[in-house]
Amino acid sequence: MSQVRVLVGTRKGAFILSADGKRQNWEVSGPHFAGWEMYHLKGSPVDPNRIYASQTSGWFGQIIQRSDDGGKTWFQPGTPPGEPTTTPDGMPKGESNKFVYDTSPETGKPLTTHLWYDNTQHPWEFKRVWHIEPSHFDPNTVYAGVEDAGLFKSTDGGVTWHELSGLRGHGTGPSWQPGAGGMCLHTVILDKKNPDRMYIAISAAGAFRTDDGGKTWKPINRGLKSPYIPDPNAEVGHCVHHVAMHPSCPDVLFMQKHWDVMRSDNAGDQWHEVSGNLPTDFGFVIDVHAHEPETIYVVPIKSDGEHFPLDGKLRVYRSKSGGNEWEALAKGLPEKDCYVNVLRDAMAVDQLDQCGVYFGTTGGQVYCSADAGDTWAPIVRDLPAVLSVEVQTLP
Amino acid sequence: MIRVVLPPHLRTLSQAGSEVQLEIAGPVTQRSVLDALEARYPMLRGTIRDHVSLQRRPFLRFFACAEDWSNESMDAPYPAAIASGEEPLLIVGAIAGG
Repeated sequence: MSQVRVLVGTRKGAFILSADGKRQNWEVSGPHFAGWEMYHLKGSPVDPNRIYASQTSGWFGQIIQRSDDGGKTWFQPGTPPGEPTTTPDGMPKGESNKFVYDTSPETGKPLTTHLWYDNTQHPWEFKRVWHIEPSHFDPNTVYAGVEDAGLFKSTDGGVTWHELSGLRGHGTGPSWQPGAGGMCLHTVILDKKNPDRMYIAISAAGAFRTDDGGKTWKPINRGLKSPYIPDPNAEVGHCVHHVAMHPSCPDVLFMQKHWDVMRSDNAGDQWHEVSGNLPTDFGFVIDVHAHEPETIYVVPIKSDGEHFPLDGKLRVYRSKSGGNEWEALAKGLPEKDCYVNVLRDAMAVDQLDQCGVYFGTTGGQVYCSADAGDTWAPIVRDLPAVLSVEVQTLP
Repeated sequence: MIRVVLPPHLRTLSQAGSEVQLEIAGPVTQRSVLDALEARYPMLRGTIRDHVSLQRRPFLRFFACAEDWSNESMDAPYPAAIASGEEPLLIVGAIAGG
């Protein structure tokens, strides 16, 4: 029977939740890396035992962890102890923790500045990895979206990282500005049908696309309207919270923006709003059913100033029409006094025939629906605040 | 032989004990101590000082013989008691958060 493995990143460690295909009885493993902020964990689609994890701390910076046995044991894929730390010509060897913006004359871009909160220019400073996206084709190839916004790539299993500097340096970088949570590159979507195509999203710059494997990028924000920025229709500057795509329809994108749920049918060239009858269209997560490309999920949050569900009722909303017409899914979720948030990378779906949907809250609950959202039950209730949720479907 | 005491999270990360002992040839300075520490425990690279600038991370401080050496030059020789191993160099994380 199939199994599922839910990878949960929290403010104080990582947890791995495992169950068989019924998704009723769960084993909980963790905390892994106790006390550290675990922004994201994700497994390789090629080798499910290969899992990458972003371990981060305001004190000690960024660590990349890797497991080759499905999360039982972990290691940093950098230079092993005892090996020389420099190359024979004296250059420091690459390290798995080392994320340095590429300013080299050959492949890099000058490290310019970006807009700060007060509209002055501010130096680009690496802070942490928000999102890890392993390749569809090679377990040793993996992408990392970082704060301050940049995209890094490793082709050696996370041992060394190199910036795809065409994104940061494509032209609009100096006008990017952080949201209150930092200037983070939080979404990386790889198109399995077209390996040269990638989508990324940045708060608060917007969405971008490459069609040449990351060498060049273009903003894809036409149709987004953000009345709280100086030019509501600006080319960049939109606070995109998350973007989702179904792998069978790579030109169709769904976006949860700061406000507004949006849809594009042409790979981001044009967006239109599909908030429809949602009670509020503010939120962070958005995801797509594993087998129904027009079935999408969001968790409406009251407002930008009040990051909790409307009326204290935690509800997932599902649209089976790709947006506009939404139904509330409440069975098994708190009906009152619930004031948690669901952060942007904290929803995922499994690949089982009856698609499972999962999300985690800042209150430490991880909920599972084994019937595509009709009913919900908590897997765990009392973890630290959940930052991210990913699911692996195993044979 | 000099002695270095790491903050708890870095002891876990490096799987070092509560106190690390290092051999250092030449002057015992912040730079030479951290070079030797990172050579022994490469997983600590980037956790105490920046990879490129080698600047101390903001929430960490260095104490030698009950004095704060955090803002001294990274090439300033530590006191003789640190260099001889009589006293440990303390790497201390800021107390904050939950």
